[in-house]
Amino acid sequence: MAVTQRGEAAGRPAKGVRRVGASVGLSDEQLIEMYRMVALARAIDERMWVLNRAGRIPFVISGQGHEGAQVGITWALKKGHDWVAPFYRSIATAMTFGMTARDMMTAQYATANDPSSGGRQMPGHYGHAAHNLLSVSSPVATQILHAVGIALAAKIRKTGQVAMTFMGEGSSNQGDVHEGLNFAAIHKLPFVLVIENNGYAISVPSSKELALPDVAARASGYGIPGVVVDGADVLACYRASKEAVERARRGDGPSLIEAKVTRLTGHSSDDQQTKYRPAEELEAERSLDPLPKFREQLTAAGVLDEELIARIDAENKAVVDDATNFAESEPDPSPDNALEHVFAEGVEGTF
Amino acid sequence: MPTRTFIEAVREGLRDEMQRDEAVIVLGEDVGKKGGVFLATDGLYEEFGEDRVIDTPLTESQIIGTSIGAAVNGLRPVAEIQFADFIFPAFNQLLSEAARMRYRSNNTFGVPMTVRAPYGGGVHGALYHSQSVEAFFTHIPGLKVVIPSTPYDAKGLLRSSIRNDDPVLFFEHKKMYRSVRGDVPDGEFTVPIGRAQVTRQGTQVTVVAYGLMAHYALEAADRAADEDISVEVVDVRTLRPLDKETVLDSVRKTGKCLIVYEDNRFGGYGAEIAAIIAEEAFDYLDGPVTRIAGPDVPGVPYNHVLEDWFMVSPEKILDGIRTLAAY
Repeated sequence: MAVTQRGEAAGRPAKGVRRVGASVGLSDEQLIEMYRMVALARAIDERMWVLNRAGRIPFVISGQGHEGAQVGITWALKKGHDWVAPFYRSIATAMTFGMTARDMMTAQYATANDPSSGGRQMPGHYGHAAHNLLSVSSPVATQILHAVGIALAAKIRKTGQVAMTFMGEGSSNQGDVHEGLNFAAIHKLPFVLVIENNGYAISVPSSKELALPDVAARASGYGIPGVVVDGADVLACYRASKEAVERARRGDGPSLIEAKVTRLTGHSSDDQQTKYRPAEELEAERSLDPLPKFREQLTAAGVLDEELIARIDAENKAVVDDATNFAESEPDPSPDNALEHVFAEGVEGTF
Repeated sequence: MPTRTFIEAVREGLRDEMQRDEAVIVLGEDVGKKGGVFLATDGLYEEFGEDRVIDTPLTESQIIGTSIGAAVNGLRPVAEIQFADFIFPAFNQLLSEAARMRYRSNNTFGVPMTVRAPYGGGVHGALYHSQSVEAFFTHIPGLKVVIPSTPYDAKGLLRSSIRNDDPVLFFEHKKMYRSVRGDVPDGEFTVPIGRAQVTRQGTQVTVVAYGLMAHYALEAADRAADEDISVEVVDVRTLRPLDKETVLDSVRKTGKCLIVYEDNRFGGYGAEIAAIIAEEAFDYLDGPVTRIAGPDVPGVPYNHVLEDWFMVSPEKILDGIRTLAAY
């Protein structure tokens, strides 16, 4: 994808906001690329729903509302070096970490060349070995232990890698989270746990999931830092992540980042959230959408202008169109190969 | 050739592999300075240090889940679950994660991990230190399940398991740790995963067994010979993938098969062997495929009278052989 250069008409920056980018070490070009990624993840996500409602793909699980936190936090990692164990809403994380729009869309269509699983997993189970993005399952929070194990290997092998995992606040109640944080903290592993708190575990509000408002408060029980960030504030997310990643890479141990986000869609394409969320709440939470907030912030700072925004939107639409057409035309996997890859040697019974 | 106890063979196998490949680490409860509650890892902490011999908290899910991650990122973890009875908190990690990683990622990720766990009764371990858990795992595609019965096989199969690129569950019958001795050559050798072994030749009845029961089967076969019953014993060694041909070849020869397992009877591993024989060697059968197995109670009771009642013994196997031979 071509990098759009700032146009002549970009206008003058508002200094207060520009300092935010500078204070976390990000150039205007990087800010534009971050915005492009937030917008692209949203565009892909919206296309998934269109395709689902049109009967082209059977299922969608969405990341709408989470993209700002995912892009800001994932941005602080070294692509192709560090590791991510994602969860089912990690569309923007997976793309920030190297997966392409075509990669994402082939997962929706479960094509033979879908790099996440070759059409074996439901959409939302993104993974890509070439990008150190670990394959994920559906039982929630299991991936924290994999990320902790990856961090353990990084420490023992002295690779300098950091492992980061993501999950919702509902998942944070699983026992694996306690076991993982405890072990990571004991061994000061280069590990970061990111909680994307959207206030709901499918239909159950966080007041019935957590006795405290913040998951991050639990970090003190493991003797590690736990911070709460506004998940609609991309740069605040980036700053928190950068600190956690640097701390991990220094050998000072794990951190917990809790990003407060909003879930703009139902849990999945099989869920109707108006059944359990008040209309006023849904309306109010539109204001927590990270996409317009980031756009306004960067526009006020003179990093974006209308022309550039329009150009990015058009380019993203072209990318999504291309990915959709590509995935539409790719073949399904064949039952002839469905017995393969149970083991490294091939089909069981042939060795 | 030097002789070793079963536990010594396990320990040597671990040490040799850790010397051979620095990617091999050991983790589990009490595996460090204590050397494990059965001393399977005794001396490894001193030789390889705390980076490669890791005492974990009492968190079985973490032991397995962390091993999965470490395996994905270049290590070959050997996880010890202190007793097979305690593996169930990690069941989700084994079933949903380790077993499925390669398949669900279309062969782009794999989990080269070995999970060792002592299993089995007859040691006054009661309900929670005696269980045979293999059937839970042999049911799962994507896991290999190994149960050696001799020190030679223990060392050779452990090496193969550690070098394998997929998750292997390696169950060791704890009653054999110090009661079973055998020849174990010095130097490099391995025993391949997926090969059964005929441990006694015979003509009238095939007995299929593994672990401690492979010894009891040989003992029963010896005594049957005194009664002029010729018994062939097949030691399965690898439960999954199963070496079907060795089992079927033997049954086609003898026409009769007794399957022995210590686990409770209903839905146990031996049921699968019985089904395979029924499907693939029916025309050769000269009697019903039968099983000698543990009773269907939820665990091995503690009192020695009750434990003896539970445990499969050479006598019970001999009774089964007699009945089948007379059929």
